[in-house]
Amino acid sequence: MQKEEFPLKKVCLICAKGTIEDVYATLVMANGAVMEGIETKVFFTFFGLDAITKKQIKKIHTATVGNPALRMPGGLPFPTLLGMLPGVEAVVSAMMKRQMEKLDIPAIPEFLEMITAGGGEIYACKLAMEMFKLKKEDLVDEVKAVLTVGDFYNMCGGQGTQIIFT
Amino acid sequence: MATKVLAGITVEVTDEGYLTDASKWTPEIAQDIASEEGLTLTQKHMDVLNYIREKALKGETLTIRAIGKSGIVDIKGFYELFPGAPLKLASKIAGISKPTSCV
Repeated sequence: MQKEEFPLKKVCLICAKGTIEDVYATLVMANGAVMEGIETKVFFTFFGLDAITKKQIKKIHTATVGNPALRMPGGLPFPTLLGMLPGVEAVVSAMMKRQMEKLDIPAIPEFLEMITAGGGEIYACKLAMEMFKLKKEDLVDEVKAVLTVGDFYNMCGGQGTQIIFT
Repeated sequence: MATKVLAGITVEVTDEGYLTDASKWTPEIAQDIASEEGLTLTQKHMDVLNYIREKALKGETLTIRAIGKSGIVDIKGFYELFPGAPLKLASKIAGISKPTSCV
């Protein structure tokens, strides 16, 4: 029997966390989909909202405490006690961003621009906005709308659609 | 690998239709591949294709971001010129190999 193949036509990504690695996982997957001509919708909720909030967008960090995968340059484990020191998180985050820049991975504001320039859509979660006392004006211009969970699901129908929670 | 007649010349292409030898490319071949993809090439398309070829033949990895900063076209314009998957489509028409970049 011939196996039927259904190509991926639409991806709906959900970003609920606000560290560099969580936000970039979402953005890289989203931009990659846009590049392939796949319809792309991204829903930012909870701490993920930081990535689309004007005040926070340039302050996205990685966790230097409680992150066992974090290593020193050279590969030695990163001591948790060092990660607690003031400024260390900022330095480590800046280093990560520099490494990404070398691979032509843009900063978050530019990444959002790239995704929307290619036709991808960015949405914010209404419930999380209320929780953090945010208004639409607090978000970057790339955000198309503030949606309820139901609104977002309604956009994610159709054969060949996948919802990805990063 | 397969061969294909493009603009009256027999060329080798991959299973996905990318030329295996970028030096065999001519603007006429580009026009032929573009019509297969439903595109009519304008001067603007050619400017982008020439830029892409120049970079690719130097061995640089192409990214949509770099093309957007080339000064020839912005990212939105690039998507409009080569709709759908612009980096792949433009690479195919430019006669270079399939792009390997994730960004």
